[in-house]
Amino acid sequence: MDTTVARSPILPTPETSFERPNYLNAEYGWKSWLFTLDHKRIALLYLLSVTVFFGLGGTFAGLIRLELLTPEGDLMGPDTYNRVFTMHGIIMVFFFLIPAIPAVLGNFLVPLMIGAKDLAMPRLNLASWYVYNLGGLFTLWAIVNGGVDTGWTFYTPFSTTYSNTYVVPTALGIFITGFSTIFTALNFIVTIHRMRAPGLNWFRLPLFIWSTYATSLIIMLGTPVIAITILLVGAERLLGLGIFNPKLGGDPVLFEHLFWFYSHPAVYIMILPAMGVISELIGHFARKKVFGYRVVAFASVAIAVLGFLVWGHHLFVAGESIYSATVFSVLSMLVAVPSAVKVFNWTATLYEGSISFQTPMLYALGFIGLFTIGGLTGVMVATLGIDPHVHDTYFIVAHFHYVMVGGTIMAYLGGIHYWWPKMTGRLYPGFLSKLSALLVFVGFNLTFFPQFILGYMGMPRRYWSYPPEFQVLNVLSTAGATVLAVGYTLPLCYFAWSIKYGKRSGDNPWGANSLEWDTPSPPPTENFYTTPVVTHGPYEYTREDVHNRTTQEANFG
Amino acid sequence: MASSPLVDRHGHDVHGGHSGRRHPAHQFDTMEQQKESSTLGMWLFLVTEIMFFGGLFVAYLVYRTMYPAAFAAASSTLNVPLGALNTAVLICSSLTMALAIRSAQVNSRKGAVLFLLLTMLLGSTFLVVKGFEYADKFREHHVPGATFNFALENAHATAVTQAADPDFQRHAQIFFSLYFIMTGIHATHMIIGLGILAVLVFYTRRGKFDSEYYNPLEMTGLYWHFVDIVWIFLFPLLYLLGAHLHG
Amino acid sequence: MKSTFPLFPDSASTLSGHVDALFIVWSLVSLFFTILIAGLIVVLMSRYRRRHPEEVGADERAALWLEVLWSAVPLAIMLAMFAWGTKVFFELYRPPADAVEYTAIGKQWMWKVQHPEGQSEINALHIPVGQPVKIKLASEDVIHSFYIPAFRVKQDAVPGRYTSLWFNPTKPGVYHLFCAEYCGTEHSRMIGSVIVMEPRDYETWMAGGTPGKSMVASGSDLFTSLACATCHRPSPGVTQRGPSLEGVFGSQVKLADGRAVTADDNYVRESILNPLAKVVAGYDPVMPTFQGQVSEEQLTQLIAYVRSLGPTGAAPAGGTGGTPAAGTPAASGVTNPSSAEKDATSPLNTAGQTQGAAQKPPQK
Repeated sequence: MDTTVARSPILPTPETSFERPNYLNAEYGWKSWLFTLDHKRIALLYLLSVTVFFGLGGTFAGLIRLELLTPEGDLMGPDTYNRVFTMHGIIMVFFFLIPAIPAVLGNFLVPLMIGAKDLAMPRLNLASWYVYNLGGLFTLWAIVNGGVDTGWTFYTPFSTTYSNTYVVPTALGIFITGFSTIFTALNFIVTIHRMRAPGLNWFRLPLFIWSTYATSLIIMLGTPVIAITILLVGAERLLGLGIFNPKLGGDPVLFEHLFWFYSHPAVYIMILPAMGVISELIGHFARKKVFGYRVVAFASVAIAVLGFLVWGHHLFVAGESIYSATVFSVLSMLVAVPSAVKVFNWTATLYEGSISFQTPMLYALGFIGLFTIGGLTGVMVATLGIDPHVHDTYFIVAHFHYVMVGGTIMAYLGGIHYWWPKMTGRLYPGFLSKLSALLVFVGFNLTFFPQFILGYMGMPRRYWSYPPEFQVLNVLSTAGATVLAVGYTLPLCYFAWSIKYGKRSGDNPWGANSLEWDTPSPPPTENFYTTPVVTHGPYEYTREDVHNRTTQEANFG
Repeated sequence: MASSPLVDRHGHDVHGGHSGRRHPAHQFDTMEQQKESSTLGMWLFLVTEIMFFGGLFVAYLVYRTMYPAAFAAASSTLNVPLGALNTAVLICSSLTMALAIRSAQVNSRKGAVLFLLLTMLLGSTFLVVKGFEYADKFREHHVPGATFNFALENAHATAVTQAADPDFQRHAQIFFSLYFIMTGIHATHMIIGLGILAVLVFYTRRGKFDSEYYNPLEMTGLYWHFVDIVWIFLFPLLYLLGAHLHG
Repeated sequence: MKSTFPLFPDSASTLSGHVDALFIVWSLVSLFFTILIAGLIVVLMSRYRRRHPEEVGADERAALWLEVLWSAVPLAIMLAMFAWGTKVFFELYRPPADAVEYTAIGKQWMWKVQHPEGQSEINALHIPVGQPVKIKLASEDVIHSFYIPAFRVKQDAVPGRYTSLWFNPTKPGVYHLFCAEYCGTEHSRMIGSVIVMEPRDYETWMAGGTPGKSMVASGSDLFTSLACATCHRPSPGVTQRGPSLEGVFGSQVKLADGRAVTADDNYVRESILNPLAKVVAGYDPVMPTFQGQVSEEQLTQLIAYVRSLGPTGAAPAGGTGGTPAAGTPAASGVTNPSSAEKDATSPLNTAGQTQGAAQKPPQK
């Protein structure tokens, strides 16, 4: 195999490019970070915050799996366990899965990918980070004081009347953090509409931008509804109102409708940016235009729109009429079609591509397989005949972890690995990163596949103790969680290490040809020295192009 | 900041000083781009506000359908004349807001300041009237919670309502919960609007706006008009339900 | 009946096989597509791996027909499964007319199950094999969910309304009963057993256990102790102030405002809790409310008693089997549209409803 170094004679060497002024060395000191208006620095601030929350949520997950090693509750009491799984859910959903890809990768890349100097509203961007942390602070305060035990779904009247935990501060934290996402989404929509470089029309945009745009639409329309719902829960709890309390004339099922009207589109907020990352990874690591570019672009928008029409599938056994259940079931099937189309398109991209097995691609390929399983099991539970049996069991738990962890988190990690050189100018150890990807893949499947079986057998969710015949599968699941934990911890270590000791990457280690790679790595504060003019779409590769761009050894990463 | 010159697509040095022509913020190339971006941003924000209030309207719709008699009875205890007055006040305030923008458009700094102050005055009037209404409710024990005790003064209305919904007193509490939350959140938006207007008055007096640049006034106008429209929906839904029960 | 390491639940009702068939077919379809995609990825990865550092992929070749194909085929498969699944769902939620009705009331953290003959059990349900059973669900506090994996049925018990599920057990045995909606501290301990017995064994159990009073007998006692008879039974020399209840259950009742309603479960319940909502024609609105004076269980006993006085379902107190629900449109469950609205009517909600009008929009 030809291992000729593909290194451009035109661009500066990795060492010299690193010494140039860039956004990281432009200013030093904590004030230059905490008061920055640079979207790239804000992205890194978010990276720090979401990583902290991911660690916290992951720790709670570890505690859950430890407790579930044995059928009897022995590690902690039931109240503690109930708080642990609630906090795991709240932190992972609101403080990691929803913000991670948009606020970290989106903030960093959106202006770069469209040739702009920054987002449309840099101060709003910084404000969104502070608001995120303010909301996080309330939630952390609640955790430190004992946490919440309502489940992340806050069903009434338990959350409004019966729970004795810190529901109001947590609800307030989520309410505040919701504004953070709204600000980010607003910024993205305006930026994408108004600040594209000359020549960059909509159908020349990278698919990551299309996904980010569709995600932002969902955020704008959906988040305010959870905001008002949470506000009502808090008001009911504080003031003794009866909006959701049947003893005072209220309706608990109304809460479920309001809650899921947001929380279902929320899962598309989590998966659409991930799909955007995957489109980039597949396109650039197969060095081929993503198959059916327009179809994939429109599929993102279709998922966003259809995602608002299916919330009732969370209420099939909640007291909803069987006729509206029927409508929600068929709509839920419909929303699966654009996702399926994307999977087929990504696979077709590989045909006649030139595929590299560097770490980001491993994550992308893992995503496709795991998302397929997650998505198919989703359609299974949308099927009315099956849902009564599996609703609120571990089957559902397995389903959503496949799409959220096997999907979103894999894509997030793949994206971080791909754009790490762009953000930091550094490379990470190739062997370790590939090993981590493998550990994540294996650990994940071992953790969550047994849960499908557990669920169909009848083990309900949120159970602190369970009948003994469920133990073997629970033990397997916990074993997998251990492997997964290692797989997640390794990148934390080698990324931190790489900031100081990692090999310099040069401007374009992958030889990728999208606008963000047309500027140095790390980029200068203003992103581009001269405003780029775009003449063609993304993922269009030629050999000469690659030769001129690549600044790295062929077999790294 | 990097020392290399940063130029926009027209070749202008974007980091120029404040002398002469206005310069857009550093991320924009032209003032036009900046104006379009902030306008789009404000409209998008208003969409989120529609969804936010929308959730409350849905809750209202559900319970109104479930308990029409209780809602009518509760609504009949609200002060329609005051509510109507407030509606007129807000509509006038939208007029003065529009006139403030018009003044800026014709370079009348004094006019702009005057109309902004008038808008603030009218907005404050609205809040004061609201305060009186809340005080009334408090006195009448119509505030949900421990002190809630709903009774109709009109015997005929009581009989009619009782027949339709023997539990109407409890269901009335839901009406009042929604009343306070909906008008309370609306009032919060108004207070924030007053704050923004105060800032605008400050900058207008300093000459920041003229016929070439008055976008922040327009954006605030959009926000203010939106808050007004929300009230236009709130007033009939909350105040006019129980009209048939009067007298 | 349970092995130490089972991988599939017991299948013990008439419909569990239908659900399993649906599930297995879907699993096979999913397996097929997963292997297809994974296999394609592996094959393509290997065949088109990068052989030279500067190698690039081929130019894009659009193929609209392919896009249409792999949109249409998944859609067709999903619609077929949707149709089949909906059919099974409707079977799961439409109880047969001869289903015997039990009541299960969820409360933190136990299930109180009431047999129609009078037995009550906590966290257990003894039933004979081969007899369709309908369980009317209620909750005293938060949302619970009644789940029997072996029968593949589940339904939330929502406070403020009635819901129901039904099944027909086919295999004697002991099966799990779980609460499947998180409800607080002891949610995972709110579990029990469904014991399906041969009819002979069931009779033995019924006789041997504490039969308690039948529902009807208890209802009759309440009728006396709460002084219902004062108005609803004739007394010599006194104008009867309330309508007689003999023969009322299941019939059409003419109201003071001209409407005619069917006297079903919900009507009786509403009349006890909010008597002024529907005043019978020819009578004054003087009945006091018993809201707060009767518990859920007592309400069901009173309803059973009134039902026993009706033309339909007149069964001697303490008899075996429940009163057949023939003739009453109030087959309570959220499935039948007209009864769905009645059933889902919050017992606390009485504001001027007409029968059949959808009063609970969330429950559409």
